[in-house]
Amino acid sequence: MKEELKSLGQKLFGDSVRAFGVVSLVFLGSLAIAPAKNRFSEWRHYQHGYLKMIRNRSDAVTLQRHFQGGIQQIWLPDLGVVDRCTSCHVGLKEASLADVNVQPFRPHPVIPHKLDQFGCTMCHRGQGAATTVAEAHNSTLAWEQPILPAKYIESSCGQCHRGPLPGAPQLNQGRHLLSGYGCVHCHTVKLPDGSTMKATDDPPSLSHIADKTTRQWIDAWLKDPQAYAATDTATMPNFKLSDYDARDISAFLIANSISLPGDSATLSAKASSDPAAGASLYGESFCASCHAVQNAAGNLVGGDIGPELTRVGSKVKPEWLQAWLHNPRAYDAETAMPHYRFSDPQVAILSGFLLAKTDSDLLANVHLEAATPEQIAHGKRLVSDYGCASCHEIAGIKKPENFAPELSRIGSKPVTQLVFLPGMQHTLPDYIATKINQPRTFGQGLKMPQYTFTPAQIDSLTTALLALNDRSATLPPSLTVAATPESDYQPAGKAGKLMADLACFSCHRINGHGGDMAPDLTWEGSSVQRQWLVDFLKNPNTLRPALIRRMPRFNLTDGEVNELTDYIMTVYQSPAVDRDSMPLSGYPQGQVELGKQLFYGKYSCQGCHIVDTKTDKGYIGPTLTQVGSRLTAAWIFQWMKNPQALRPGTMEPNRAMSDEDAGALTAFLISQKGAGKSEVAKAKK
Amino acid sequence: MIRNSRTIAALVAALLTMSLAASCSRKAASAVLPKATAVGASIVESSGGKQIAQAGTPLPQPLVVQVNNEQGTAVPGALVEFTAAPGVTFDPANGLTDSSGQLTTNVTLGGMAGRYQLTASTTDKAHKNVELRIEEIALGYQQTLGRQLNDQYCDRCHNPESTVERVSNFDNLEIKPHPFTEGDTLNKISEADLTAIISHGGPALNKSALMPAWGNTLSKSDIQALTSYIRAISDPPKRNAGPVYAKN
Repeated sequence: MKEELKSLGQKLFGDSVRAFGVVSLVFLGSLAIAPAKNRFSEWRHYQHGYLKMIRNRSDAVTLQRHFQGGIQQIWLPDLGVVDRCTSCHVGLKEASLADVNVQPFRPHPVIPHKLDQFGCTMCHRGQGAATTVAEAHNSTLAWEQPILPAKYIESSCGQCHRGPLPGAPQLNQGRHLLSGYGCVHCHTVKLPDGSTMKATDDPPSLSHIADKTTRQWIDAWLKDPQAYAATDTATMPNFKLSDYDARDISAFLIANSISLPGDSATLSAKASSDPAAGASLYGESFCASCHAVQNAAGNLVGGDIGPELTRVGSKVKPEWLQAWLHNPRAYDAETAMPHYRFSDPQVAILSGFLLAKTDSDLLANVHLEAATPEQIAHGKRLVSDYGCASCHEIAGIKKPENFAPELSRIGSKPVTQLVFLPGMQHTLPDYIATKINQPRTFGQGLKMPQYTFTPAQIDSLTTALLALNDRSATLPPSLTVAATPESDYQPAGKAGKLMADLACFSCHRINGHGGDMAPDLTWEGSSVQRQWLVDFLKNPNTLRPALIRRMPRFNLTDGEVNELTDYIMTVYQSPAVDRDSMPLSGYPQGQVELGKQLFYGKYSCQGCHIVDTKTDKGYIGPTLTQVGSRLTAAWIFQWMKNPQALRPGTMEPNRAMSDEDAGALTAFLISQKGAGKSEVAKAKK
Repeated sequence: MIRNSRTIAALVAALLTMSLAASCSRKAASAVLPKATAVGASIVESSGGKQIAQAGTPLPQPLVVQVNNEQGTAVPGALVEFTAAPGVTFDPANGLTDSSGQLTTNVTLGGMAGRYQLTASTTDKAHKNVELRIEEIALGYQQTLGRQLNDQYCDRCHNPESTVERVSNFDNLEIKPHPFTEGDTLNKISEADLTAIISHGGPALNKSALMPAWGNTLSKSDIQALTSYIRAISDPPKRNAGPVYAKN
């Protein structure tokens, strides 16, 4: 062996010429490494593949003309983008390759941005400067930001777009959940504009809880909130409390509760058990607009603004429920529930109806002895340990500051700082999703409770959290699209107080503030006739026959109705509509006829609206049989011209009508006085 | 020193074997299928086919398949496996049919828009594979936008199905609109004509004026998004003319 080596050494390095020759060859060889690497590089391989693929296509000539060989680069200094992805992804801009299904040659799907202006890594993450597949897409030692899985891609929209964005439903939903499921009660989320994300849910105060419910119910609820809820509707998470802990917390909450004087006041009428009357009052009052109840088929019927009521009889105390129905604002001044002004017999009927909604199984296994002082003290400790006061107001306990880790830049958290469970993929999106899904699996003694999210909700939340990253926090404001600030408009004076009492803003929106269940009332004063509004507030009738959510009757006094009407008619005026500029009657018969022809012919309005109940069937827009007694002529005219200008987002299409057509339709519609005609005539006399 | 390095070596070796064992056992766990207690002759879809979801998101309803025997009665305890293109995930990916002969799985479609073929398979008496193919539709950015516009402006008339929340206007219309899944009709309408009907209303193509003109309400890109959504969900699917290959 040694001999052989020796002779080989002799052969190669025997004399200086040989040695020089060998060294030169080795040197030359090493010089060839770089060009060879280039020659056999991955991107060149893909570019060859692309050229081969397009060769036989009918669009080969165009594609060939567009093709540029070599390393391609998108360089955007403003955004810090240096992307060479287009070196391999050659067909990104070729819409005609839509039938191609192999990567890296698929064309980019249609999006509202241009590739040259945004690059690739802005949205997809990964390493833009890399020229090999592995380095560009995966984590490497030098660069740990891997490609973002496509299902979270909307998080990248959220880096610049700070408000709701059409076309990014997952991001919108995720942000909605972040603020609506109480995440931000414990986790601080500082937004790039300097503000802090605000919670939109309103967990009930527990300071007077003993007035409202029993210790048994609190105990059962704490142990498993979804056991009380009909179909996983409880937004309260499960803290996985032991029997002892639930017992002690319930003991503390009851002992700590301060009784409100109104809640125990006995009413003249007791809860009456007349299920038929109860059901009809529940229906007439449109409770289902906000509250859901599970029906016999197991479906939830009703809205989700208020709590679900399937088992409410097992929860609330009868005297509390009656006081609440009388005036909810006495117990909770900020509640979204309107003050209905029910009479005593009505309260008796409705409370009887609701109290019958019980579930005997719910509290059957709850057996609690009288609480000891030690248990109450232990309960108090648990309440501060679990941060209950982050969400709920609890008398004597301060809201803890920074109870949970801040999430303002969670989307850029280095993977090296995360602790993964065995079997998990070591990526940030996977970590976040698993943490939301199974927070307690990450170790003993963790406090984050178990939520009941669907897989789609978890993906949405992860998407919204990934959008909170370094890039989003550091982009200059000129490159971002700010969210429209939420208006905190409040009407003034006596009428304003009345509107707060009736919780108008739970359903209606005015000047950018309020809910979206019912029509926007910002310009209501220009839109409707006074007498109609008075009649409507006294007894709301149905404008849209297909709607199941409607305006309830509040049993307002004449004085209250006048107060509201006066305020609406004077304050909610649109500068674009002069309500008195067109008369409410006296249009020439010819114009009315023309309007009728346009209504049924050219514009075929009967597809969505009903004027003649015998022939028309349209079920989408409001019924127009009495529109002449409801709307002002000036409003109808302007509405015909451009409905979206008066009510953004309305479904009514803008038909770009001429003044003549709009005038004729106005004349026709204003002549539809319906049954209300005689009443209007009477009112005028 | 020597002793130290030996201990380290031993430790490393132990760790290696442990991790190897762990990885092996994990692989083994994922490869083991539950043992079928019965076999069927055919596999049919109970529900959950032809759903529409945004690319990369879970389908709104689970997929339920049923295994039947030769007589067409349900077979409990038959093994069903779900497979699809990479990117599609099933939870669970396999399992035994329950007492009613059915297996339910939650499906998440891949990140790319398009039609996904899912396969549910079981083995029959002769150990032959019996397959069922199910199609689901994943929407891309543009089609998702189109779906939102559809829900806001089109669905009330064009979708004959009513829900508790939304009563369909379909039955109230003298001339019935085409549901957007009606591929047999809609696939014959060219892109330009479809855009014209949406922008200028039915009369633009000598059709009913009950279809209003949306050209002043929706932007051009909105209408493009709508047509791309309509094309994405049509049944049967619209075949593009596609590339025509040159003859040699």
